[in-house]
Amino acid sequence: MKEGFKEADSSEGTLERLVARGVSRRNFLKFCTGVAVAMGLPLGMGAKIAEAVTQAKRPPVLWLSAQECTGCTESLLRTNHPTVEKLILELISLDYHETLNAGAGHQAEAARLKSMQENKGKYILVVDGSIPVKDGGIYCKIGGKTALSLLEEMGSQAAAVIAIGSCASWGGVPSADPNPTGASPVIEIFKSKGIKTPVVSIPGCPPNGYNFLSTVLYLVTFKKLPELDDQARPKFAYGRLLHANCERRPHFDAGRFAIEFGDEGHRKGYCLYKLGCKGPETYNNCGTLLYGDAGSQAWPVGTGHPCFGCSEKGVGFHIPMHTPSKLMDITPPTIFPGIGEERGKGVTVAAAAVVAGLAGAAIGAGAATAKKLDKKEKEQSGPRSKE
Amino acid sequence: MDIKRRDFLKVVAGGGMLLAANANPAFAISRPPKSMPPEAVGMFYDSTICIGCKVCQHGCKENNEMPAEFTIRPPEMVDRIWDDPIDLSSKTLEIIKAYKVGTGEEKNSDVNGFAFIKRNCMHCVDPACVSACPVSALKKNPVNGVVTYDKKACIGCRYCQIACPFGIPKFEFDKPFPQIRKCQFCNHRFAEGKYSACCEFCPTGASIFGPARDLLEEARKRLTLTPGQYYDYPVQTVNSKNRLRQKVAKYENHIYGEKEVGGTQFIMLAGIPFDKLGMPPLSEKADASLSEGIQHTLYKGMIAPAAVLAGLLFAAYRSTKNHE
Amino acid sequence: MTESKPLGGKIITMPFLVFAALAAISGVLILKRFIFGLGSVTNISDGYPWGIWIAYDVVTGTAIACGGYSMALLVYIFNRGEYHDLVKPALMASVFGYTLGGVSIFFDVGRWWQAYNLFLPWYSQVNSVMLEVAMCISLYIFILWIEFSPTFMEWLKMKGLLKIANRLMFIFIAIGVLLPTMHQSSLGTLMVIAGRKVSPLWQTGFIPLLALISAITMGYAIVIFESIVSALALDREMETPILSKLSRLMPWLIGFYLIVRFGDVIGRGQLGLAFTGDLQGNMFIIENILFILPLIFLSSARNRTRPKMLFLSAALMLLAGSVYRFDLFLVAFDPGSGWRYFPALQEIMITLGIISAEILGYMIFVKKLPVLPEIKHA
Repeated sequence: MKEGFKEADSSEGTLERLVARGVSRRNFLKFCTGVAVAMGLPLGMGAKIAEAVTQAKRPPVLWLSAQECTGCTESLLRTNHPTVEKLILELISLDYHETLNAGAGHQAEAARLKSMQENKGKYILVVDGSIPVKDGGIYCKIGGKTALSLLEEMGSQAAAVIAIGSCASWGGVPSADPNPTGASPVIEIFKSKGIKTPVVSIPGCPPNGYNFLSTVLYLVTFKKLPELDDQARPKFAYGRLLHANCERRPHFDAGRFAIEFGDEGHRKGYCLYKLGCKGPETYNNCGTLLYGDAGSQAWPVGTGHPCFGCSEKGVGFHIPMHTPSKLMDITPPTIFPGIGEERGKGVTVAAAAVVAGLAGAAIGAGAATAKKLDKKEKEQSGPRSKE
Repeated sequence: MDIKRRDFLKVVAGGGMLLAANANPAFAISRPPKSMPPEAVGMFYDSTICIGCKVCQHGCKENNEMPAEFTIRPPEMVDRIWDDPIDLSSKTLEIIKAYKVGTGEEKNSDVNGFAFIKRNCMHCVDPACVSACPVSALKKNPVNGVVTYDKKACIGCRYCQIACPFGIPKFEFDKPFPQIRKCQFCNHRFAEGKYSACCEFCPTGASIFGPARDLLEEARKRLTLTPGQYYDYPVQTVNSKNRLRQKVAKYENHIYGEKEVGGTQFIMLAGIPFDKLGMPPLSEKADASLSEGIQHTLYKGMIAPAAVLAGLLFAAYRSTKNHE
Repeated sequence: MTESKPLGGKIITMPFLVFAALAAISGVLILKRFIFGLGSVTNISDGYPWGIWIAYDVVTGTAIACGGYSMALLVYIFNRGEYHDLVKPALMASVFGYTLGGVSIFFDVGRWWQAYNLFLPWYSQVNSVMLEVAMCISLYIFILWIEFSPTFMEWLKMKGLLKIANRLMFIFIAIGVLLPTMHQSSLGTLMVIAGRKVSPLWQTGFIPLLALISAITMGYAIVIFESIVSALALDREMETPILSKLSRLMPWLIGFYLIVRFGDVIGRGQLGLAFTGDLQGNMFIIENILFILPLIFLSSARNRTRPKMLFLSAALMLLAGSVYRFDLFLVAFDPGSGWRYFPALQEIMITLGIISAEILGYMIFVKKLPVLPEIKHA
């Protein structure tokens, strides 16, 4: 599936190209609005995105692939509405992509260097796959150069870097124990080499194509990165735990679990926590966005397999698949009873008043009696005691 | 006759020395401790792998036909949809409570951390409630050691509530025909080969059931594990093939219930000192042994009372004869 | 030995009406208790399952009602016949005190319709202190009425029956001395099983001894107190000489009590707790001051001849023993984790009503039955 990828041609209008392909302006606007909504932007932004992406120059994009499986690229291409998505890829100028390049070998290298020279400081670098650093990074070489050196070279001159997929975001599969190649993410390498280019990480194995797409469109429209969390992930996609929005959450809360694949609970769609679902410690929007435009339940948990935290650093490919997940949102809310709560019925004003009254009466009566006795004693001042 | 101060002080000094010499009669009088029944069953709660999901609470309520309770504080947090009890009660036989210190972010840590604790009847080896009950409403099963309650015998005197060091038996003060309520290990399910619902439902193996001896062995084993390593925790029952690999946390070196008040059939491990989790610091001595010891010393076989009565009859006969 | 005669006089007096009103109010509240449950009229809870109905009505009430016991001990066991005139009024106070204590238990137990289970041998759990206390007190109430029955027989002029009763009375007197010795000590022993839930200032293996000695002393105190108060209220001559002699016993009993009390607390190294300034520490101090004061007052022979000092000492001793019991059952009791208890208004009203009923009964009996000794006018 290689059609539609031409070299940058700034003069041809994007909208005209869309219309030529049979996509109405209305449908295009609808699509951009949908993207805006998915990113949590106000509805009006849809028009702005549409406007921005159809303006003159298409931003150049270079795509560097390191230790990857090409899954990230495939997921972007694997959609049910090929026409518009493919065209969106025409809204950017994909100047270098090892899988999708028209040319190969020296031709591809030349295209890369030309684009880098022409668009210095202006191109977007997309990276997928982890970058090996061990033994000088020899475990991944493209065109005779190590991926490490390519990243340094291309990354330092880019306007922004999008690390797509878990491998580029935090190491992914190649970084699983014992990590023989020293597979490292973009963000770590930039830090160690002091490269200041802003990075967005879109982890996932593969990530949902729309998360990537929305980030790119945001970048192009507003000329800045969307709000990121402390792992450089866009908050609109990675701001919440899967557990918080999981369709099977009521089963978790009520204690209904599948114990074995195929048992009654599993067939009834119960919570997969006991099978090791990592939803409670994985930040992503899989359960809400779903995958592949294939309809409802088109995500792992929906199909009956526990999430294994493929997008979460320290979880995916590190914690055994069927080990129960840590629950991230469990700092005890006030809704747990504390160890020593105050209980029982204490003193009321009425009761205290009555007791005080009684005590007062008793003391009063006692004093009065004593006085009376004193008086009587004085009256009987004659010899009384027979003792 | 005035009681001279000198004489009085002499008596005080003499009496004091006598007392000091004999010290507290407690240890001389107490009856010997009891031992675990031969086929004792038990429960083992590991706070470090408890996730506070409260499924045990749900299972307990379901299997004991107890209603939901909405007593937790603050009241504005209660939406009357989820069961939210504030403590064990006549409607809540088992409960998970949370301990929080500082920011409460790190599980099983006593510094800016939190932990969970499960509370239900400890099924003591030498139960104070059984010793206290005048009408044998609370009984300890001689084979499996479960402490059961029989409402047909109970008179509602609530002495068991006074006696229990853990404050477990709860009373239905809000009912005209009340009874005592407490966990009975779901022994009504034993006949069908089932066991405590809380253990059956616990997803992580924090609550497990099984022979008391095996549970104690498992607890001792866990104390030898290295924090950070992975261990295959048994789920539901101690000898279950069903295991969940989880990371071992740092344990407090104390199996609660191993020795307390002569031992209990519900034992616990935690990562936080138990007194902070609300488990009372108790000695190995069961208070029932002193209470029964006093009674036996004074009244065993009613021998002493009979002897005293004989003397009293003689004295009373003599004086009434003269006063006739 | 003087004859006893009914006092006569109007039954319906102002005080009578006041106490009758209080008793009636409590009657309504007791009905509420049975219809709606204990929680509807009391503040007892899972943390404090025993409130003032146990601490006062049963435990303290019966201790105050130990007049009959203490006098029987003195007159019939130690053969001190000179105190004979004090026996009947003391016995009557005991009859009321214990009967109403028993009735209070019936109101307090939750499954009252099965209370007879206590007497069914197949339910008996013989290690239970509660079982011994319940059986002992039930039997004792029965014995007290038998001991008091000659007064009825005198009233009804059943001379034959009276003769038989007096001949056999020594049996009931003997049992009537054994039983309170057993249950007054055991009422204290009840709290031993609560272990560390009772403060170390009170928790000790010596509780049975302390409870017994204080109960006996309270028995003498109530005799003195009741004698003086009724003499004043009913405008009769004081029985000061005999009371004076009786009061000689008290400093020795109180002294012995205090030696055991402090010897035990100090021997266990717990006296420091008394000075922490918290409620338990302060109540410990107050409680023991209340014991020490009558000890000091009655050590002086001169004081023992003055009705005012006899009255004050007796009142203080009654208060001391009561405070000791309140402390043991309520103040010293800490079930942990945030529980608190203070009696509810309705709970207090029921207790007041029960006490009022007692006083009403006393008033009626003393006026209608030959209880009080006839005063020979000089």
